Amino acid sequence: MDGIPVAARTGEPIAAALMAAGHHVFRYTPRRHEPRGVFCAIGRCTDCIMTVDGVPNVRTCVTPVRPGMEIRTQEGLGRWSK
Amino acid sequence: MEQVELAVVGAGPAGLSAAVAAARLGVQVAVFDENSKPGGQLFKQIHKFFGSSQHLAGVRGYDIGQHLLEEAEAAGVAIHLDTTVYGLFPGPRLGLVCHGQSRTCRASGVVVATGATENALAFPGWTLPGVLGAGAAQTLVNLHRVLPGRRVLMVGSGNVGLIVSYQLLQAGARVVAVVEAADKIGGYAVHAAKLRRAGVPVLLSHSVLSCQGNPRVEKATVCRLDQLWQPVAGTERQLEVDTVCLAVGLSPLCELLWMMGASLAHDTRLGGHFPVHDEDLRTSVPGVWVAGDASGVEEASTAMEEGRLAGLSAAEFLGKLTPGEAKERKAEVRQSLEALRSGAFGEIRRRAKAQVTQEAGDCFAGWRQL
Repeated sequence: MDGIPVAARTGEPIAAALMAAGHHVFRYTPRRHEPRGVFCAIGRCTDCIMTVDGVPNVRTCVTPVRPGMEIRTQEGLGRWSK
Repeated sequence: MEQVELAVVGAGPAGLSAAVAAARLGVQVAVFDENSKPGGQLFKQIHKFFGSSQHLAGVRGYDIGQHLLEEAEAAGVAIHLDTTVYGLFPGPRLGLVCHGQSRTCRASGVVVATGATENALAFPGWTLPGVLGAGAAQTLVNLHRVLPGRRVLMVGSGNVGLIVSYQLLQAGARVVAVVEAADKIGGYAVHAAKLRRAGVPVLLSHSVLSCQGNPRVEKATVCRLDQLWQPVAGTERQLEVDTVCLAVGLSPLCELLWMMGASLAHDTRLGGHFPVHDEDLRTSVPGVWVAGDASGVEEASTAMEEGRLAGLSAAEFLGKLTPGEAKERKAEVRQSLEALRSGAFGEIRRRAKAQVTQEAGDCFAGWRQL
């Protein structure tokens, strides 16, 4: 995450792996730059979205983690890097 | 275009039950669910269910989920996972997205069993990381085995608030307090008693005023409420917590039916807006049913019975049951539903459902005569 390796268990969502590793801030809001984290944990609220492998706005609570995934704290609406 | 006889949206307790009931009568059923695993919220329910043995009382939620999946497989139900139903159109047709690819599917009948979503509660600081739904905490702890925090304030003492508080304790968190705006505990005494025995304070006529922290929750301020649920000045108390769980009810997820033009109604006893439906769970759109929490928030046992009822009604509509057979089978399920809707909480919902379905039935009968 943000360039630092995070251990994860096969099949768990990205959000679970990050929370287990002590990360609770997943993104910052576009206008007021406020921190946001997991709110509903079932893919409904989109509060936990991050930029994953260059794709912004990925719901981390319902996206399974994979080895080598590049996960970035998202700034605002995020940006496509590919 | 893909064609199915009966499309079911949602593979939770209601959707799976509807699918099984219809498939057993020879209906070709396809269930669509956006999640990668079926079962809806059943697999995070590690507590034993209430009711009678007929309703699988004493069985834990995840075992009920497993049982339903086996039934669905035996009945030949096709379950399409990772498939989001993004739209419901006249026809009826369903708009689907699976792994970034969209397609449409035509169905002779549709059962919408999309469940419900947790309500939020707005107060200063409620958007901070560390404020989350009680159901979210339950998902994290019971499914993913991750603690959202170490010191928790639970807002709401309904069954969700009580059960999740206890499960957080079991997982190793400390529940600093449960606050309840009403002057009595909302959920079953048996769940509250377990918490009290574990030494968790349940503060009645109390609520959360605000929470503070940077970048996540570090403190929450609670206070006493008067009889009109207004904060009483001078009663503020600061609690050292890193997590605030909101257990303040659920609302039906009925957007798909809304976009299709199905009539909605509002009843606080059923969680807010819900699709108007008759006693067979038929919505105002012919060939479209609703079941489970999407039809008005109750709990998993009633969701399964409603699913069964919708499945039977759909099978009748599709010509797999004669009206006589259908009448008998549906009456059995309705009787079972009546039994579930008893007790202090069930009785309120029973009355609400009776009123809703009767009004809808009269209304739909009127339309058919036009």
